[in-house]
Amino acid sequence: MTAATLAAPAQTTTVKPLTFATLTHVEWRKQLDTRAGRWLLIVIAIVTAAVLAIMMAVNGGDHSFSAFVVGTTTPMALLLPIVGVLAATSEWSQRTALVTFTLEPRRTRVGFAKVVSAIGSGLALLVLSIGLAALAHLLVVTFRDATPAWDVSVQDVAYLALSVVLFMIQGVGFGLLLRSTPVAIVTLLLLPTLFGIVGGLVPAMATVLPWIDLGTAGEPLLFGGTIDAEGWAQLTTATLLWVVAPLTGGLWRVARSEITSA
Amino acid sequence: MITVEHLTKRYGPVAAVDDVSFTVEPGHVTGFLGPNGAGKSTTMRMICGLTPATSGSARVLGVPYGALANPGRRVGVLLDAGAQHSGRTGREVLTLAALMTGVDRRRIDQTLDVVGLTSREAARRVGQYSLGMRQRLGLAAALLADPEVLILDEPANGLDPAGIRWMRDLLHDFAARGGTVLLSSHLLLEIEQVAERLVVIGHGRIVAQGRIDDLLRQAGTYARSTDDVALAAALRQAGVGVEVLGTGGLAVEAEPLDVGHAAASAGVVLAELRPAESRGLEDLFLELTADHARETSTPANRSEKVPA
Repeated sequence: MTAATLAAPAQTTTVKPLTFATLTHVEWRKQLDTRAGRWLLIVIAIVTAAVLAIMMAVNGGDHSFSAFVVGTTTPMALLLPIVGVLAATSEWSQRTALVTFTLEPRRTRVGFAKVVSAIGSGLALLVLSIGLAALAHLLVVTFRDATPAWDVSVQDVAYLALSVVLFMIQGVGFGLLLRSTPVAIVTLLLLPTLFGIVGGLVPAMATVLPWIDLGTAGEPLLFGGTIDAEGWAQLTTATLLWVVAPLTGGLWRVARSEITSA
Repeated sequence: MITVEHLTKRYGPVAAVDDVSFTVEPGHVTGFLGPNGAGKSTTMRMICGLTPATSGSARVLGVPYGALANPGRRVGVLLDAGAQHSGRTGREVLTLAALMTGVDRRRIDQTLDVVGLTSREAARRVGQYSLGMRQRLGLAAALLADPEVLILDEPANGLDPAGIRWMRDLLHDFAARGGTVLLSSHLLLEIEQVAERLVVIGHGRIVAQGRIDDLLRQAGTYARSTDDVALAAALRQAGVGVEVLGTGGLAVEAEPLDVGHAAASAGVVLAELRPAESRGLEDLFLELTADHARETSTPANRSEKVPA
């Protein structure tokens, strides 16, 4: 309890600016340095491993590498956006926004750092799950006489990576826009689904739906399909609606709003 | 150096902060005093660029806060000690601040030492901290990068008397070495011993500002004599405001010298003569903010107060 170790405050040394790389590193660290954040990533890894274990156990375990990969993508599609949501909403639910935006007043920059770091986490989990799927396939080929089928192309992996990128941006976008963890998660998981269901019930919507429903437009990315020119165009419009718009709205809201401690 | 010019914040028809102007000079602590809800926190958030001002401007070290390159490096800010992730450890909170400000991580241990948090306490999660520990951690985060300016909102909240004394020494020391300190409180007692200058705010408006000594002089003089009634009459004749205190003595709205002159010419022997001091400042504070505070201080209970 002494002030003796404090250095002189009146200093004119040059100040190193806060780089985007540092900001991204800090945002990434913030995803992992709380129990909630760590456990979310651990749960995703465990669920992925559990899906693979079940696939290895049932039906003689005779699944191709691609089948194992597809098996891991469903839990990822469901849980990865939550990583993005938490990266954004925890600033408000835990009130840390006050400190974050005091240390970096360029708020949009913080938002982008969250997006980039969330994508980093998502891609790391994707690599992990593909590795686990490969291991699972290797195990069933070795121990359960399954037919070896290493049928995952570079394009499949690229598509999966793209979908992970979209999930993470979407998660951060909804988080920044809605600021409440439960509201953002429920909205993120339910809204596109409801949208798809309701759209499917209206016959007139059938031709429009693939253009505005990310679930439909993004399906080939997740399940090893091929995408033609029209498919890419549909993916673009659906992405604008469900990924770009929420992020833009979220960043706009953060940049304009008042940051309070309440 | 902090310069606030005509800063105003309106929420609909309500002006939370109304045309506030003041400067905070380096070299001493400036107290920002006002009752709860007076607009202190809103003003401080506007200074730090967190709340957009309706009109007016605030500059820190000559520029708007948001224009500082890596502001955390030059300005230490503590606006709400509770605004920390409850799942992070104290050390992790400081590690994040060290990464963002780009200071050596060895500063973390030094700063923990300065604010009196042990390594073991720093390893605990913030959710388990008492309010006093959170204040110390928040102060550590503010001090971490060796800033030139400190902006602290109610940092003494939750500190025990020893902690308040420790913080007073720390801020004194910081200011003495050329640092700029803006320190808010709703309690005069917390501020009067550390601050050299005061900015008093009530209902969003500045009601008084200046050196504490000058404000004290405004608070008047306490006088006691062998014949208070005669002295009071003499002073009133000289056109000076006088109040006969219920506990004996007079509260005089004049300098001690003027009271001495009046006593001499009236032939009254003075038993006690001095500036009204802290009690007077508290009266002043309550008076200045009386129209705005929830509790108003009536003349009746004012006169019952014993000058310290």
